Amino acid sequence: MSFFSALIVAVLFSVGVYLLLQRTLSRIILGLALMAHSANLLLMVVGGRAGKAPILGAFGPEDSVADPLPQALALTAIVISFGVISFLLAIAYRSWVLTQDDEVEDDVEDARIAQLGEAEMRRWWSRPK
Amino acid sequence: MSVLLVLPIVLPLLAAALAIIAYNHRTLQRIVAVGALIAVVADSVFLLLAVERDGVQSVQMGGWPAPLGITLVVDMFSALMLVISMVTVLSVLIYAIGQPGVDQDQPVFHPVYLVMTAGVALSFTTGDLFNLFVAYEITLAASYVLITLGGRREQIRSGMTYIIINLLASTLFVVGIAWVYAATGTVNMADLAVKIAQLPSGTQTALSMFLLVVFGIKAAIFPLFFWLPDSYPTARMPVTAVFAGLLTKVGVYSIIRTQTLLFPQHRPSTILLVCAGLTMVIGVLGAIAQNDMKRILSFHIVSQIGYMILGLGLFSVAGVAGTVFFIFHQIPVKTALFLATGLVEQSTGSTALSKVGGMIRRTPLVAALFLLAALSLAGIPPLSGFVGKLGIIQAGLSAGEYAIIGVSLVVSLLTLFSMIKIWNGVFLGTAEDPTLRLAASEGETRLATPLLMRGATVALVGVTLAIALFAGTLFDLSERAAQGLLDPSAYIEKVLG
Repeated sequence: MSFFSALIVAVLFSVGVYLLLQRTLSRIILGLALMAHSANLLLMVVGGRAGKAPILGAFGPEDSVADPLPQALALTAIVISFGVISFLLAIAYRSWVLTQDDEVEDDVEDARIAQLGEAEMRRWWSRPK
Repeated sequence: MSVLLVLPIVLPLLAAALAIIAYNHRTLQRIVAVGALIAVVADSVFLLLAVERDGVQSVQMGGWPAPLGITLVVDMFSALMLVISMVTVLSVLIYAIGQPGVDQDQPVFHPVYLVMTAGVALSFTTGDLFNLFVAYEITLAASYVLITLGGRREQIRSGMTYIIINLLASTLFVVGIAWVYAATGTVNMADLAVKIAQLPSGTQTALSMFLLVVFGIKAAIFPLFFWLPDSYPTARMPVTAVFAGLLTKVGVYSIIRTQTLLFPQHRPSTILLVCAGLTMVIGVLGAIAQNDMKRILSFHIVSQIGYMILGLGLFSVAGVAGTVFFIFHQIPVKTALFLATGLVEQSTGSTALSKVGGMIRRTPLVAALFLLAALSLAGIPPLSGFVGKLGIIQAGLSAGEYAIIGVSLVVSLLTLFSMIKIWNGVFLGTAEDPTLRLAASEGETRLATPLLMRGATVALVGVTLAIALFAGTLFDLSERAAQGLLDPSAYIEKVLG
């Protein structure tokens, strides 16, 4: 069971990374969501095997008890990734309203400076010897 | 005593709640925000005095003993960071109140700004790895709102990059925490310091490098810095200034905390030194290529992070002390530079070197403020940057790391070069774009900026001068912080009891 969960973690993470490397915002956001799921599932996997509920009085001395801490951590992480991904979707919508496009835009100033640099290089190479 | 540790987190959060209630009462929001931050500054100064007198302070949340409960712990390093960052946050808040169109038009500015302050304070005080993740998320969630506040097109574009890269880093952080928990069964940092030491060295290296990548993205060290110069310059100036001063330093703080407490070393670390060198060189070369004040300064953030990692990478008391002092100086200096840039932008409407010119005649005060902060950044004696760099360089020489020290000296010169580039472009010369507001006010007329904006910048430059003036005392404190970092037995004993 633990191997199976670990496999799911790996598959989710790989798909997430693949989507993250695309140039359309919607895919990037889906990729991040998958990676967040994968990380949360990983927290559950590292908690070890399932067992009785860790409530005082609900288990005997010989019962194996589930580790509650990773579950608490995963819950917190789920809430956080939920909030941030919702915000990201809102921003992506805003971006679509402004540009009518889903592609990630380039940094204009950066491209301008790269162009300047190339022009400089060309001038230097073609200078009178 | 323990209430002192909780207040820097609780006060801004309560004030944020009040500021939301007073959503449409700007004056009330301002009073609440400024009042809360003044109280937090006072509290952190008391905390520093308490740590100076009695050593490490800690408190267990909810009364559960460590390692079960969440620990807040403040040692000398945290206390120093807390004091300087809260002072900076307060001055930027006053600047933002003075700047037209920042908090007037945006009722969410004060609540979000206060939440970010609470997040920063929590990252400096927490003694729990997962709680550090929560602190990061509090800070980041607030910063996502701040960086896109206004919703202009280029803000959305760069804010998107910023959010995606930080969300990726946070996801990796969760993965890192899961692995640390799988290996040790705890997330309390003092407990981890004991338990990680018992792991096989291969596992230790894997965890250490993974956490270095996670915090490296936040701190913008080479090769993980590409998002920073792209995303910072588009936000409103007070927001850029506080991000520049604080957020990357929270990343550096976490690198220093985890690398010294969880994965202690006693020899210089080659990988950290190589990263430091490349961060410095590439950051400063990027800065030289730029033609806009905000972008030049943003690349310098990256470059200066290199010095901090260099001091840490030496893993000697002298080196780490240099780093602590350097961060302490860097937070107000970097913020002051951006605030001065904001004054230029406020009076002319642009920060492009080709458009603005001759500002020294029009706003001599701004020119003087920028010059002081810029020379301090470049490390000209007797300003504060010199003391920090001197400490790191001496430590590097005594450790025999000559190559990296040579690199750092060259980078220092190039820093001065690009500061002169700004000085010549913006403050000297006459090149003026007729489309700018500047041209409307004819001839030699001085340009006015709001009093609060100027006042806050003067105060912050004053802080950097005070750091230079009290460099001796502060360096002693930094040395004690470094001793506490490299020999964390007092920290561990205080938390685990």
